[in-house]
Amino acid sequence: MGGTIRFLLDGEVREAAGVDPTTTLLEHLRGPLRRTGTKEGCAEGDCGSCTVLVGELTTGDDLDPVNWRAVNACIQLLPMLDGKAVMTVESLATQTVAGCGGKPHPVQQAMIDRHGSQCGFCTPGIVMSLYGRAVGACGAGAPVEDVLAGNLCRCTGYGPILDAAREVVREPAPDVAAPLKAIQRQAMLTLAHEDPVRGVTRRWLAPRSLAELAAAAEANPDAAFVAGATDVGLWVTKLRKPPQTLIDIGRVPELKTIGRVGDALRIGAGVRYVEAIETLSARYPGLSDMMRRLGSTQVRNSGTIGGNIANGSPIGDMPPALIALGARLVLRRGEQVREIPLEDFFIAYGKQDRQPGEFVEAVIVPRGPAGQIFKVYKLSKRFDQDISAVCAAFAVTVVDGVVIEARVAFGGMAGTPRRADACEAALLGSPWTREAVEEAAAKLDEDYTPLSDMRASAGYRATTARNLLIRAFIESAQPGVATSVLAEAAHG
Amino acid sequence: MADSGASPKVEKKVTPFQGVHASVAHDSALRHVTGTAIYVDDLPEPAGMLHVHLGMSTRAHARIVSMDLSAVRASPGVVRVLTAEDIPGENDVSPVIHDDRLFAQGEVYCVGQSLFAVAAASIAAARAAAAKAVVEYEDLPAAITIEQAQALDLKIEASQRMARGDAAAALEAAPHRIQGKFSIGGQDHFYLEGQASLATPREEGDVHVWCSTQHPTEVQHLIARVLGRPDHAVTVEVRRMGGGFGGKETQASLFAAAAALVAVKTGRPAKCRPDRDEDMVMTGKRHDFEVGYDVGFDAEGRLEGIRLELASRCGATTDLSPAINDRAMFHADNAYYLPAVEIVSHRWRTHTVSNTAFRGFGGPQGMAAIERVMDAVAQAAGLDPLEVRRRNLYGGSHNLTPYYQVVEDNVAPQLIEELARSCDYEARQRAVDAFNAANPILKKGLALTPVKFGVSFTTTHLNQAGALIHIYADGSIMLNHGGAEMGQGLYIKVAQVAAEAFQVPLDRVKITSTTTDKVPNTSATAASSGADLNGMAVLDAAGKLKGRLTAFAAEKWGVDPSQVTFTPDGVRIGGETVSFPDLCRQAYLARISLSATGFYATPKIAYDRKTHRGRPFYYFAYGAACSEVVVDTLTGETKVLRADILHDVGRSLNPAIDLGQVEGGFIQGMGWLTTEELVYDAKGVLKTHAPSTYKIPTAGDRPRVLNVKLWEPGRNAEPTVHRSKAVGEPPLMLAISVFSAITRAVASVGDHRVMPNLDAPATPEAVLMAVEDVRRRAGG
Repeated sequence: MGGTIRFLLDGEVREAAGVDPTTTLLEHLRGPLRRTGTKEGCAEGDCGSCTVLVGELTTGDDLDPVNWRAVNACIQLLPMLDGKAVMTVESLATQTVAGCGGKPHPVQQAMIDRHGSQCGFCTPGIVMSLYGRAVGACGAGAPVEDVLAGNLCRCTGYGPILDAAREVVREPAPDVAAPLKAIQRQAMLTLAHEDPVRGVTRRWLAPRSLAELAAAAEANPDAAFVAGATDVGLWVTKLRKPPQTLIDIGRVPELKTIGRVGDALRIGAGVRYVEAIETLSARYPGLSDMMRRLGSTQVRNSGTIGGNIANGSPIGDMPPALIALGARLVLRRGEQVREIPLEDFFIAYGKQDRQPGEFVEAVIVPRGPAGQIFKVYKLSKRFDQDISAVCAAFAVTVVDGVVIEARVAFGGMAGTPRRADACEAALLGSPWTREAVEEAAAKLDEDYTPLSDMRASAGYRATTARNLLIRAFIESAQPGVATSVLAEAAHG
Repeated sequence: MADSGASPKVEKKVTPFQGVHASVAHDSALRHVTGTAIYVDDLPEPAGMLHVHLGMSTRAHARIVSMDLSAVRASPGVVRVLTAEDIPGENDVSPVIHDDRLFAQGEVYCVGQSLFAVAAASIAAARAAAAKAVVEYEDLPAAITIEQAQALDLKIEASQRMARGDAAAALEAAPHRIQGKFSIGGQDHFYLEGQASLATPREEGDVHVWCSTQHPTEVQHLIARVLGRPDHAVTVEVRRMGGGFGGKETQASLFAAAAALVAVKTGRPAKCRPDRDEDMVMTGKRHDFEVGYDVGFDAEGRLEGIRLELASRCGATTDLSPAINDRAMFHADNAYYLPAVEIVSHRWRTHTVSNTAFRGFGGPQGMAAIERVMDAVAQAAGLDPLEVRRRNLYGGSHNLTPYYQVVEDNVAPQLIEELARSCDYEARQRAVDAFNAANPILKKGLALTPVKFGVSFTTTHLNQAGALIHIYADGSIMLNHGGAEMGQGLYIKVAQVAAEAFQVPLDRVKITSTTTDKVPNTSATAASSGADLNGMAVLDAAGKLKGRLTAFAAEKWGVDPSQVTFTPDGVRIGGETVSFPDLCRQAYLARISLSATGFYATPKIAYDRKTHRGRPFYYFAYGAACSEVVVDTLTGETKVLRADILHDVGRSLNPAIDLGQVEGGFIQGMGWLTTEELVYDAKGVLKTHAPSTYKIPTAGDRPRVLNVKLWEPGRNAEPTVHRSKAVGEPPLMLAISVFSAITRAVASVGDHRVMPNLDAPATPEAVLMAVEDVRRRAGG
């Protein structure tokens, strides 16, 4: 036990023993399993050529349907697949004839009929995204363009692919609940493997309860936490600094729930975007556009809100929005639990208020006051699957024409996601008018000294930060004025 | 608009015989969708195969003081480390001028330049080892930007001048005159399959290389040169590429040569496949340009004289920059007659990766320049830009290009009128104006621009192709030619040509990988020429075989050769019909050779590069596009709402494939002019080297309404293969309509009183800065 990863591939149990825990699913598929239909286009989860479906039992009850997700195999670490099911492009054709794939699946046939492939390299990933849509996988209910936002194609211009997608008919996903139940691991999985290149022993710990996680974290204060691996995967494939000890938080049931604390939402650190998007968007409509554009279907199917906070990135999109909403962070170390305002977690670039052995357990998001104006804006070179140059969040409460509460937070404007104190102070007590808002917007220059980088210049960031506050005002006060090119495109 | 924006549905022609003009699926479509199409990295790895990683320069321009690789050699898993000293032949992987090194020698000329190769048991071991190199540099003056190259006076070659008439005098005399400048960014190819080569040693130091390249012959010749062996010692093979777009024309050689050298030196197979970031850092891109214009015109917007100055960043070495910049000059007229013209082109050498071929090959930059001039003239004259374009089109006696080629096949005016009607240009232009008057934040723009693109390699000798056809005794046909498949559907088109020639079902024709030991001395699959050249070479080979079969049948059946015809039902010989396999079997028994080579050289073309005069192009391909955009004046965010395209592919060999090229090219061009931005820092380090930072269009960027039509009456005026036209590159330039539309939307902020200073790519930042600049200059 302990050193073997078991997963289901087309109904067959596959075992991987003696592997480095930072081996990616893609490497394993293309190497030992010779499933070369799954391609490496970028090895950073941005192109979708490696899209596969992963199925898992969510509750451990084999009467439950299997939860399927399209994910990027290039940044899934192999131990994450333990006890799960995998489907690749090779899984779809119903029979194999002379190595040509045999009778194609209807999704594949639609792609052929519509001339949906040219060079063919992105095609297997696109087929898997469309197949995910056919079987109702996570996030596949969104508009086709959103489902495909994480699949880059350089040849076709997407038209034939979108046409093929529209022909895709719903069908049941393969029922693998029983065999999955059979391989679900009961004991805590630990892997240890000698890395010959770096001469270290690399370890993977997969605790099965909050208590086990807390113990593992305390015992391994230098460990990296892995949830969806959309960030840690890049440490492996891009930074080439694979952590020596990794703790998988993805199997801790207590972290995977969305609950209530009074009137607030409590989102466990292991909750994936895709699992929270509906609840959050319903409660805070201002979040829905940003969350739809955050990453891609594959990324939202893997990444967690907790991870987006815990990694301390200055350009994560959730933190500014959650800070504006007044969210609090729950941190745990052993039995000790503390709660801090989310903004206080981010101390400086690369530095968070997290003690050795401590981990993010949950984020608590309060319900705003009635009538609160809540707007979140994401600016990037490309609308879909791009990292923000600026992410702005405004939570403003206006009573009798006067601002009685203002929380303004930005990402991309400093080394951390941060509140705009001067701007907030200017807004507070002021009338909610264009003039007052413009004055408050000017104060953002005191709050932030943004940097220039490949995403945008400091000047652009500063200008749009001001303009986005003005946009928020216009949208709240002059609903007849069109301010969104996306909305214009949708009904234009 | 009732149309949902769905791409044009292609009618499937359901007949057993599928020759030319049928919308047959890509030959690999089934393999693509099932994941069974094999790319280089998918090939089973031979036993003992080594992984090759290239150590890279971290400096833009420096003398290598010392390079200590002892730790690299001692690193776990390393089998061999190779440097310039280990090269038996020439340390050179350049296409034309011998200035691209396989491994740096004494000096580095850009960040990412290859210094040495590490061959190890795994790619992880090779990469970890390479990081242990200790290289000491002494920095030398470096030019990263065009401006810095100008200051240091660094050029790839002398500036070129193309002129007709007296531009200076015409400018002086013109009633109106404007000057301006703008810049056009480069573009990374972002083929989804990166560069990849797998070399296997053969006996006597020979080597076979699977390579993802558009130019197997050049890769073969360069490897031979590096190894110091004759060309015949090297075989290069390519079945398909996961995209090329020009990026695998000259750029594959470095990786192929490194793999081949390791294979020959170690006697073990070797694979060199850089990852995405390494690929983007190490390989060349589309040239970025600085354009200056000085134009004189009358009150009706008719040009009287023009002077264009085109300056490009060529990067560290020559590569194909001379021809690319020439093509920019050739297309600085686009579809317009320039009465008195002077085009000056500067080719700046910078210490950045050497820029290279990219779909359009300089043409897009030249065309973007003149379309900017059209927009500027329209703005200055207060006229509708389409009206200004119409008034300046080639036509009648206005048919001589700046390089003295007569435009004989001009269909641009017809295309433009048809498109303007079908896309409802005038009514929509009014609707856009009304929208802009009513909306303080969002602004729309609409623009219709034409494309006239010259087809032929402008280096005349490259316009040749070879083919090889075997007919086996069972009547099955093996087809081979020099063209490489990168997704553009070349293989299926040429197979259709072969099937048509023999009048046999398409599945009787076996498409085989492009291999230098089957057809030698081929040109790159580039310049949109693949089907034109290889299709004709295949026709030549098929003609020879049909001739032999006809002569044999005529003799055996005792009929006149004119009574032998190939039909879908079989070969009609006098009154009898014999199946094609039957006839082949009998010909074989009668000892008739059933194998033939074919050859084609494009006629009529000749060009004198010294004077920049002649006929560089066999013919022109035409198209027109109308795009509508909306711009957010608070953030610069832009969305393309709708595009209508009418494109001339002559008589299409395969309408489905051609539509795919048109639509795909348009979206790729849209990416070039909007979201795709290459950012180098002051030290010459590329900061946008992966899809996380370099943004090609996604499905959501495709305009919701995109009406694409092939021009029904299209027919090549020249006797090309079945009167078809090239389609690979021209559609990319249809996207200039998007840029013009954005420019127009930005201009509306100042009520069209001033010309926006919008540079490409029109990122949200570029658009917002242009908006604010217009506001300042227009005084409101």
